[in-house]
Amino acid sequence: MKNIVKQFAVPLVILLVFIGLAFLVPDIARNSAAIFWNYFKEMILIMPPVFVLMGLMEVWVPKNKIQEWLGSGSGLKGALIAFGLGTLPTGSLYVAFPIAASLIEKGASVSNIVLFLGSWAALKVPQLLVEIQFMGLAFAAWRFVLTLGALTITGLIMQRIISTKKKKA
Amino acid sequence: MVTIITIYGILAIALVFSLIKSREKTKKAFVVGGKALLKTAPSILSVLGIIGLTLGILSPQTIQKLIGAGTGFAGTLIAAAIGAVTLIPSLVAFPLAGSLLRAGANVATVSAFITTLVMVGIVTSPMEIKALGKKFTLLRNGLGFVFALLIAWIMGAVL
Repeated sequence: MKNIVKQFAVPLVILLVFIGLAFLVPDIARNSAAIFWNYFKEMILIMPPVFVLMGLMEVWVPKNKIQEWLGSGSGLKGALIAFGLGTLPTGSLYVAFPIAASLIEKGASVSNIVLFLGSWAALKVPQLLVEIQFMGLAFAAWRFVLTLGALTITGLIMQRIISTKKKKA
Repeated sequence: MVTIITIYGILAIALVFSLIKSREKTKKAFVVGGKALLKTAPSILSVLGIIGLTLGILSPQTIQKLIGAGTGFAGTLIAAAIGAVTLIPSLVAFPLAGSLLRAGANVATVSAFITTLVMVGIVTSPMEIKALGKKFTLLRNGLGFVFALLIAWIMGAVL
């Protein structure tokens, strides 16, 4: 019970603000409630299928499989695998850090790890669907392409800096 | 509406394949997804509440004045910084960003926020340092921030 209260602390505070507004400035409260309700209807349609998709992916693509696939590729093939695996709808970024660490130990390149972490955080398929819904196709497509480009360049830069230092040591 | 139909379409196809291969695993997927949704529910509700309050209290004119086209680079920089330090799932951030965009916010500012939100993680950096080292983390997040500003600027120009 205590946990539930703690989890819903922020929404409860917002609800209190709503109630306060309803007494003080009913016009604004009515307006806010209508906007909330509009977005709520949209979210309740979108969120369940997105989360079931993430559940399916988690069940069918276990984390050790990801590790296996990523470890096996190098060069362009490795980069494509890193990007592809990152876009799968699995878990938050904290899950990816330990995977990335063990991959570096196994010899995966720095640039592929950057690509993997970046697409894991920024280019997930279910997120893109939600992004298209709320931001429009053009916004989502531009962000996808530009982010992928930025990740590739970041990976190449970091590869240079980090691997040359390692050779010297 | 097209997007919603697409999402359900993809889900339907995935479910058919999953059911053919294993009913047990499909059931488990629903449990896993349901649990994740319940965990995210409070932040979804919070963000929707904040959208309601923001758009209810601030008129589109005020929003335009705060983060609209006229605010230029400073507004974009602040949005990028906010995106870098906040830790909300991007799934939840899109409705908020979209609502601001529709209310007249600057495209560059909104994309700076979204891009740093997903590319730069100040809050998760201790975990990243532990797993991948200080240098890796600093470089990845630093370059991410710079590129986010660049991406924002390009998106502001083309959209």
